[in-house]
Amino acid sequence: MSSPYLPNTDTDRRAMLQDIGVSSAEELFQDVPEKFRHARFKLPPPLSELELKEELRQLSNRNANLDDYTCFLGAGSYRHFIPSIVEHITSRGEFYTAYTPYQAEVSQGTLQAVYEYQSLVCQLTGMEVSNAGMYDGSTAAAEAAIMACIIKKRNKVAVLTTVNPTYREVIDTYVKGRNLSLETVELNSSHLSSDCACLIVQQPNFFGCLEDMEAYAQKAHNIGALLIAIVDPISLGMFKPPGDYGADIAVADGQALGNPISFGGPALGIFACRKEYVRQMPGRIVGKTVDVEGKPGYVMTLVTREQYIRRERATSNICTSEALMALAAAVYLATLGKKGLKQVAELCYHKAHYAAEAIGKLKGYSIVFKQPFFKEFVVRCPIAPPQINQALFKERIIGGLDISHMIDNSMLLCVTEMNSKQEIDKLVKILGTYGED
Amino acid sequence: MGHHYLLPDISQPGKIGCSLPPLDVTPAELPPKELLRQELELPEVSEVELMRYFTALSKLNYGVDTGFYPLGSCTMKYNPKWHEDVAKLPGFASIHPYQLEESVQGALQLMFELQEYLAEITGMNATSLVPIAGAHGELTGLLMVKAYHQDRGDKARRKILVPDSAHGTNPASAVMCGFEIGVVASDNEGNVDMKSLESVMNEEVAALTLTMPTTLGLFDPQIVEISQLVHERGGLLGADGANLNAFLGRVKFGELGYDYVQLNLHKTFSTPHGGGGPGSGPVCAKENLSDFLPPLVTKNNGKYEFISPAKSIGRIANFYGNFGVMVKAYAYIRSLGAEGLREVSENAVINANYLKEKLKAYYYLPYDRTCMHEVVFSGKQQKAKGVHTIDIAKRLLDYGLHPPTVYFPLIVDEAMMTEPTETESKQTLDAYIDAMKEIARDADENPEILHTAPHNTPIRRLDEARAVRNPDLRWEMRSQNLE
Amino acid sequence: MNPKEYKYTQEHEWICPESGNKGKTGLTNYAQSQLGDIVFLDLPAPGTQVEQFKKMGEVESVKAVSDILAPVSGQVLEVNQTAIDKPQLVNEDPYGDGWLVRLELSKPSELDALMDSDKYDAFVAELEEEGSE
Repeated sequence: MSSPYLPNTDTDRRAMLQDIGVSSAEELFQDVPEKFRHARFKLPPPLSELELKEELRQLSNRNANLDDYTCFLGAGSYRHFIPSIVEHITSRGEFYTAYTPYQAEVSQGTLQAVYEYQSLVCQLTGMEVSNAGMYDGSTAAAEAAIMACIIKKRNKVAVLTTVNPTYREVIDTYVKGRNLSLETVELNSSHLSSDCACLIVQQPNFFGCLEDMEAYAQKAHNIGALLIAIVDPISLGMFKPPGDYGADIAVADGQALGNPISFGGPALGIFACRKEYVRQMPGRIVGKTVDVEGKPGYVMTLVTREQYIRRERATSNICTSEALMALAAAVYLATLGKKGLKQVAELCYHKAHYAAEAIGKLKGYSIVFKQPFFKEFVVRCPIAPPQINQALFKERIIGGLDISHMIDNSMLLCVTEMNSKQEIDKLVKILGTYGED
Repeated sequence: MGHHYLLPDISQPGKIGCSLPPLDVTPAELPPKELLRQELELPEVSEVELMRYFTALSKLNYGVDTGFYPLGSCTMKYNPKWHEDVAKLPGFASIHPYQLEESVQGALQLMFELQEYLAEITGMNATSLVPIAGAHGELTGLLMVKAYHQDRGDKARRKILVPDSAHGTNPASAVMCGFEIGVVASDNEGNVDMKSLESVMNEEVAALTLTMPTTLGLFDPQIVEISQLVHERGGLLGADGANLNAFLGRVKFGELGYDYVQLNLHKTFSTPHGGGGPGSGPVCAKENLSDFLPPLVTKNNGKYEFISPAKSIGRIANFYGNFGVMVKAYAYIRSLGAEGLREVSENAVINANYLKEKLKAYYYLPYDRTCMHEVVFSGKQQKAKGVHTIDIAKRLLDYGLHPPTVYFPLIVDEAMMTEPTETESKQTLDAYIDAMKEIARDADENPEILHTAPHNTPIRRLDEARAVRNPDLRWEMRSQNLE
Repeated sequence: MNPKEYKYTQEHEWICPESGNKGKTGLTNYAQSQLGDIVFLDLPAPGTQVEQFKKMGEVESVKAVSDILAPVSGQVLEVNQTAIDKPQLVNEDPYGDGWLVRLELSKPSELDALMDSDKYDAFVAELEEEGSE
């Protein structure tokens, strides 16, 4: 038995078995009923690192990756610029092979980085406190809904129809799990049941458009409910943050902040709220304090909220989250900084508008929504989007998300700072060939 | 410069951390002013200073790459480095979840095969890889239990039973599914007290979730009886698979009678812990529960695609799970094979029993029997001398060793739950044993050094009460202009 | 040791009876020493009805949450806002400034079910002996 990951030799094992007082390792499994102890497993025979690296490389080559293909697809997972420094830091073994920082004295790296992350999230969102991160934007929104119900002691959650449909489904699963109910609210509806604990909105919304957040805040607060805003963190480089328009809880997906798309995971659930609700906030929180010598240090705090203390009375069951992604987000925000994030947001905004204007002029195409938008917009196409996307794919372009089941023959296109003018022009040219008839 | 500052301290107007290209298209009209933000107060720091700052922070941290990390039920085994490299291949890291399925067949194949391997390893029928972490997998399993009983038209099943040794996530997850909790006591051997189970297992119970081996590191030889009793009375048996390292490649949950199991790729399957994630918590289920699983990958005429099982509980996360973590677990299983997995559990169990034998003369062993991959000691002998488990843990840090899990499971006084894993050498274990012996001696002869430990770490014991009473959870940067 | 005029529960709450069927309540010295640094109090609002030996609030230390049980049934008249603002008062002066809630008793005879200070002293002494075995 030899493996690079099994440092003990046969000699070591023999000595240890002797000290234990058994003649073979088999004896150590005596508590397992005999008939279960020798299960057979049909698994492929092992291969070496050298062989597997080649095999996996070939497997990865069977995927069209976004370094080789131009991407105009968003809808919750985004191709944004990741400065190289981010990965150099998250690849340090002291960060990525560490555990959750329960032993604070040897985890100050992780803890201080989380404190920075929490601070940066608050600066970005305009909210007062942030946690250390959750699974992704959708579960963060779901947990925010539950938190609102606990705070307000109400059993209903309201969600706008313009919120990302997959987020709405996740919120529904969580809400129904706790035997609470979900009310869907139409865009310009005046009706909001007074027994709702919260109103959940998205800015920009699923279709890329900016909505009147102050009006929603007022609507929610008028019935004593909380406003939960799902935001695009990159958009906050130029748009008004949730803290400024009256959100009580703000959530987002932090994949866009320095994390690769990675087929949808790992992502990062950003979660921030008003100070007064900190005791009901799920997830880990890091606080600053001092040690016995008066030196400043960081520690997980308000831990009585969490499952390992409160167990069935905890607000959430969350334990492991996405700490390394939060570290990446902190490094990203620190690296882009005050000017850089604004620049990235503006690049997205102007490039998306350039694309929308050009596409809007094409025969057979129209831009569905007239409201201000950020980096995504809905285009009605002359033929079914899947057909267009097949054609684009042949030209090494990944087109927008087909949302024909929501709006006839439409696709949701996304343009970021990663798309050059040439790429946008090429997209427009190819799209143009379908409107001619 | 070190780490004794924060980003606002090193921020100066005009510094930039990275370069960006200029706008290459005609700028559009900006949106109405009411939509725009007035100021964005983020730090301004050069890349040079940022690299030094975060490097300095990393040096304050202790990881598996630094040394021994015997946290019980966490399975802090070595994270193979080549896994990190393959996960970063563009064909894995730079693919979008909504791409045309024919353009990501490599990814779907990997997920499909991983699903099959995990089902085979656990003796189950089907797997969903969607749950994002262990607790998320627990939630998923319980939602499936709820759906199963509702589907049968059985509305009486309001309770989930958990053992008194259960991890906090178990009852917390049950409550998130609208269940009540019932507790099953453990007996003096550390096994399920069958009388207790008899008395609480009835037609109100939807399921018993039982970690195996238990959080005491013990395999309950009554498992067949337990499974029979639960099933006879209409309940399901679910496993928190956190302790799979104990019998990986040797025993199948399915054969023991479990209906579903939730796994932790970031424990048993070597993916790194990341300082608190990302993890991955797949759920494997038998035939009776497979229809309720979240989305999974199927293979149809050689083509891989996502499907949602017939009675799926629905969406529990935005996309398909932590793919970046799955790649590493897949690589691990492919590099070990069935025999390699068996060697993992064998070495893990030898290592834990070795620690048990060598330390039981120094620390009270509440259950003096063969343990599996972890052993639980009690610091109660030291407590009689005024030294608590927390002091022992903090003193271990002075030896450059990470302590075991402390004060869990709750049913052991002054608990020290110790899991060495198979990737530790006898030399490392002997160093730990020597340190623990010295600490036991200090508890007798020099307790003060334990009360005031740690002494040699970057920071000493922290005032946690102050952190709660005067919460300081962030710094603030205000705009200079708004005066 | 423990104030003579007070009455005590097995879960380490005390009540100091006042005239007019009222009483101040709090946690005993043993309770605060077991809990460690107390960091948060969750107390019932004035007007709340409480039931003897049922949960009426929560006390949090850094790493634990414990229920506070009502020593007698009645209605909450006042809560000690000073202790809420400075929870360490419960550690520093559990029988004085660290009082928690003032009640109006609905069933004064319930006081008979509680321990007097001698009984409670003995009760705690036994617990402390058990703890060091």
